[in-house]
Amino acid sequence: MHRVGGQVARAAARATQQQRTMAAAAPAAPKKVEVFIDGKKLLCDPGMTILQACLLVGVEIPRFCYHDRLSIAGNCRMCLVEVEKSIKPVASCAMPVMNGMKVKTDSDFVKKAREGVMEFLLTNHPLDCPICDQGGECDLQDQAMTHGSDRGRLQSRYDGKRAVEDKNIGPLVKTVMTRCIQCTRCVRFANEVADFPDFGTTGRGSDMQIGTYVEKFFASELSGNIIDICPVGALTNKQYAFTARPWETRKTESVDVMDAAGSNIVLTHRTGELLRVIPKINDDINEEWIGDQSRFAIDALKVQRLLTPFVRGADGQLKPASWEEALFTVAAKMRETPAELKAAVVGGLTDVETMVALKDLFNRFNSENVMTEEEYPETSGGADLRSNYTFNDTISAVESSDALLLVGTNPRFEAPTINARIRKTFLYSDIQIGVIGAQTNLTYEYDYLGSTSKAIDDLLAGKGDFAKTLSNAKNPMIIVGAEALQGEGGAAVLAKLQQLSTKLSKDKNSKVLNVLQRWAGMTGALDIGYKAGTASLRKKPIKFLYLVGADEGKISRSNLDPQAFVVYQGHHGEKGAELADVILPGAAYTEKEGTYVNTEGRSQRGYPAVSPPGEARTDWKIVRAVSEVAGKTLPYNEIKELRARMSEIAPHLVRYRDFEPSSFSKQALELAQTGSSSEKELVPKQRDLPDYYQTNVISRNSQLMAATKRAALDARENPYMEPAVTQAAARA
Amino acid sequence: MGSAAVALGARLLCNSAARISVRGAATAAPEKPAKTEKTSFGNLKDTDRIFTNLYGRHDYRLKGSMARGDWYKTKEIILKGSEWILGELRTSGLRGRGGAGFPSGMKWGFMNKPFDGRPKYLVVNADEGEPGTCKDREIMRHDPHKVATLLTSRWELAPPTSTFVESSTMRRVFFKKLSMKLIRRDSSEKDCLGTGYNFDVFVHRGAGAYICGEETALIESMEGKQGKPRLKPPFPADIGLFGCPTTVTNVETVAVAPTICRRGGEWFASFGRERNRGTKLFCISGQVNNPCTVEEEMSVPLKDLIERHCGGVIGGWDNLLAIIPGGSSVPLLPKSVCDTVLMDFDALVAAQSGLGTAAVIVMNKQSDVVKCIARLSLFYKHESCGQCTPCREGCNWLNKMMWRFVDGKAKPSEIDMMWELSKQIEGHTICALGDAAAWPVQGLIRHFRPELERRMAEFHKSVLAEKSSEPKQVAGSLGPAIPCMAALFINRVDMNCILPLGFFLLIGAYVVMIHALVTINREDVWNQTSAFDLNFTLLDELAFDNIRQLVFVHSNATVSP
Repeated sequence: MHRVGGQVARAAARATQQQRTMAAAAPAAPKKVEVFIDGKKLLCDPGMTILQACLLVGVEIPRFCYHDRLSIAGNCRMCLVEVEKSIKPVASCAMPVMNGMKVKTDSDFVKKAREGVMEFLLTNHPLDCPICDQGGECDLQDQAMTHGSDRGRLQSRYDGKRAVEDKNIGPLVKTVMTRCIQCTRCVRFANEVADFPDFGTTGRGSDMQIGTYVEKFFASELSGNIIDICPVGALTNKQYAFTARPWETRKTESVDVMDAAGSNIVLTHRTGELLRVIPKINDDINEEWIGDQSRFAIDALKVQRLLTPFVRGADGQLKPASWEEALFTVAAKMRETPAELKAAVVGGLTDVETMVALKDLFNRFNSENVMTEEEYPETSGGADLRSNYTFNDTISAVESSDALLLVGTNPRFEAPTINARIRKTFLYSDIQIGVIGAQTNLTYEYDYLGSTSKAIDDLLAGKGDFAKTLSNAKNPMIIVGAEALQGEGGAAVLAKLQQLSTKLSKDKNSKVLNVLQRWAGMTGALDIGYKAGTASLRKKPIKFLYLVGADEGKISRSNLDPQAFVVYQGHHGEKGAELADVILPGAAYTEKEGTYVNTEGRSQRGYPAVSPPGEARTDWKIVRAVSEVAGKTLPYNEIKELRARMSEIAPHLVRYRDFEPSSFSKQALELAQTGSSSEKELVPKQRDLPDYYQTNVISRNSQLMAATKRAALDARENPYMEPAVTQAAARA
Repeated sequence: MGSAAVALGARLLCNSAARISVRGAATAAPEKPAKTEKTSFGNLKDTDRIFTNLYGRHDYRLKGSMARGDWYKTKEIILKGSEWILGELRTSGLRGRGGAGFPSGMKWGFMNKPFDGRPKYLVVNADEGEPGTCKDREIMRHDPHKVATLLTSRWELAPPTSTFVESSTMRRVFFKKLSMKLIRRDSSEKDCLGTGYNFDVFVHRGAGAYICGEETALIESMEGKQGKPRLKPPFPADIGLFGCPTTVTNVETVAVAPTICRRGGEWFASFGRERNRGTKLFCISGQVNNPCTVEEEMSVPLKDLIERHCGGVIGGWDNLLAIIPGGSSVPLLPKSVCDTVLMDFDALVAAQSGLGTAAVIVMNKQSDVVKCIARLSLFYKHESCGQCTPCREGCNWLNKMMWRFVDGKAKPSEIDMMWELSKQIEGHTICALGDAAAWPVQGLIRHFRPELERRMAEFHKSVLAEKSSEPKQVAGSLGPAIPCMAALFINRVDMNCILPLGFFLLIGAYVVMIHALVTINREDVWNQTSAFDLNFTLLDELAFDNIRQLVFVHSNATVSP
């Protein structure tokens, strides 16, 4: 967990890693450097590498070890180019451009160098492409075609090929180490992004191996990303093994719902079957990474699904029913229940479309009783003002921040991609980080300020070193976990943080206070006016309860009227469905078009990759159908019309991908009531890696996530034991 | 601060020194007529030797070394200032003694930048791993004060907070004791020889990897990381050890610098040819009567060096086969070149070799030159750090091929292929280990190609001879295989149509093949490997080529591998 550290090394890091130019580090007016690439004149920033400069003029240099978001190793030698006045070919990934440099990327000299390197790479690479999962999306395969020789000269009959034992690094990543070309991308990822320094190289020369020396579980919430960065088939997706070839599959770009960051993903599917999830680059949100839950929990979408409507019969048993029967039952109950005894609760994975339709439906019945399952302070302006519940400064602003306070959150597990960004900022800048909450491994060093809200009082009073750090900071940021604001005293914590952030805010552009939500649907729900939390439900005995994906067990029958009628609409038969009198099978996030507003308040659109299984239907359409049967038809038949309605409610909901800044933070401060200054515990629930894997209804139903959690528990219990048990578990 | 004041003083002294032109040493260089170049080199006089206790015959300790002139006027040299010292070094034409031969005056000058808050480090590279080289250890064992003197005098280039780090694999404990004693003498008062300069010395033990002699790998290893060379730029002079400006210098370079300052750069420059000045330690090993490490003038003829200091080649000069003139990493020279070549950077480069560390490895006609080079390939295969593709894969490949070449078990076309491979390694890697692995092989091919071809021809002849002496056996064992092999061929062509049949026959072919092997081995006619190889060759080629060839092979029992 070492910072690149010291002015000096940071200067070096800057020189070699210009692609990470952060706002703070960027020179005021860089003098452009004149470079000639294949005779084309180009002006580029000093410190840029030749490879990056080539990209500017559209010349793609082949590479294996170079990766945009990792440090430069320069060891694969595939990116060699010819530079005039240099006798040797130059590794373009590492060589900074110099004024007047004349680069040739396509000369015979370069071609020969590449062909040579390719020949060497292939000498010890097995010829198992037909059974390799990387086949079709393999950098080595592609580049061997374009840059390699048309024949090999290895006398493998005499000289043989290297074979390397496979490593067991857990249930998620399959290793075939014989295929490894030692580019060390995974090692650099493990050390730089994931903070898993156990992963490295052992041995020398042709005996060099990648691994953990003593086999162990790849203990990181970001471990799946090594699959994507591996240019060959050495590290592949265990779940996806021997499943499909990339040319057979279709890809759907979508949004992840496992956390509130709203990571961009690509869903790979074939013949109506979802096969895997890979990240999609979005520099504003997830860069190039996604958490393991986002990637691997999809096996749960095939188990424990609600495939057909159910209606509770006279004998008290839920029985499969037709849609007609289910809808009429629901509509009848809905009509006969008085408005004030009706309520709807939406879970954290619900899309905005469904929530808007549901709210409209309840409004038609004169009920405003729509709420989220997730709690959030309702007092002191809580959910009324947007700046109170969004990540106001944007995720990417973390990189330019120089002091960061984390309150009651463990971003490592609540939003792994945001945490990766904090770690990156920690590694390459002077950022000071303070933590109020749990003292756990966040993958970066921090000042621990305490576990209760008293620490916030101290900061407000200017007590302690970190208070000084914060007040001296140019771009301070506070990230508070939604969990910290729940329950008794949550509103007071929010109010205090508002005061603190107002104190720290130097300019109008930065709000300082950033709320890290836990659920993909939460910000959207609050944006369209859902009440936060189910507290109001308990005030009156509710007789008709409509649950949409509310599976966190916040509501039980005891909260309701004994005769209450509960409708559950969702995709998994879990806690919500247990309560239900009628079950309406809905679609999971991969099966429907839906809008999700991430914790920043950025609206993003997810697309269906596959169709909902069985009788299940798209959620907003179910609500629409209920409305029609109930005689209060909602005025939209198509998603376009529904989105027009969304736009009426809040225009930003359909301004996809754009970040919508929030205002009224001043008013929010005025509304803030610190109330009683009782001490509130701010320790987040997710503290350790095993807490990460099963946090929502999908991942709770994932066998793979369960196996991984077991592996993580084993690794924690017995860090020096080889993960034999977990492998058996994974096989099962 | 104090250092500033001293620096000012040093500048004053420097001026006065220039005016009065005082030489700081008792043994002044002989007057030389300006610009007349010498034409003969070698036979260095004892009075001109820098390393006066190379063989450990005298006391290596402080007292003894002071008696030999070490530490003499060190303080005065320091006080002359860094500009003066650098000037003398530039005049002397000293080139780095670690192998690459980079001009030392220029290299040390890179450090002469304004203080930016970072300490500056001098790393004395004593990781002497090059096979054949044994000069640094002699210096550290017997003349440690040469090194130590420089530390103090050199140190003046750096601010007072600086640290000196030394890395070594050999004799390190011994040297450590010495240097610590010495430093205690000098810097316990935090004042080196009363000059106001102060520095720390650390002796760092390497773990014995050859690659850790490469400057950036050495730095990495000293930082506690894996010894893998860094990418350059940034160069160590900008960002070196722990991110600070660093000069990495060989022990010998460091050790000659005090004498250069004492006797003057002009004196040092009076030895050797232009661009190849000074005296040098040559380590001669291999098949000479008297292997030794000796200080000689640069540009000494190789033949003179061996005849004069080593008692000649075993079996006489005419029994000489080849010489590796500069440590294992440079190409060898055949006798014809050795007759006349001069031992300096430029002459050896002109002879398509290099001076390297001046470790002369002599091979006479009784040695197996191919095996020698194969052994070097094994060394480089073992020592490659595994970072860059060409070196990691190439060294391994070269090694495997070289050992086949030892037996001649290869096709002549593979010689050209090996040449190409070595060219694919050379210059394509981060550090010079790839070059070092490629050059010996290139040297061998350049000068001993006929020998390689002879071995191959001999090998094939012997295999075939043995084969024809047992034609019945071979034919007999291969006989039943023929239809199966034909089937194999068909199988490959039209696999889908007759897959079941092909599969059946395939198994048959393997059974027969194994039968053939067993038969041959039992007969013990061929050695096991060649029999194995030949059979595979037969099977493969038959399968790929055609049935006519098969018949041909059957009837004549000959095959060209």
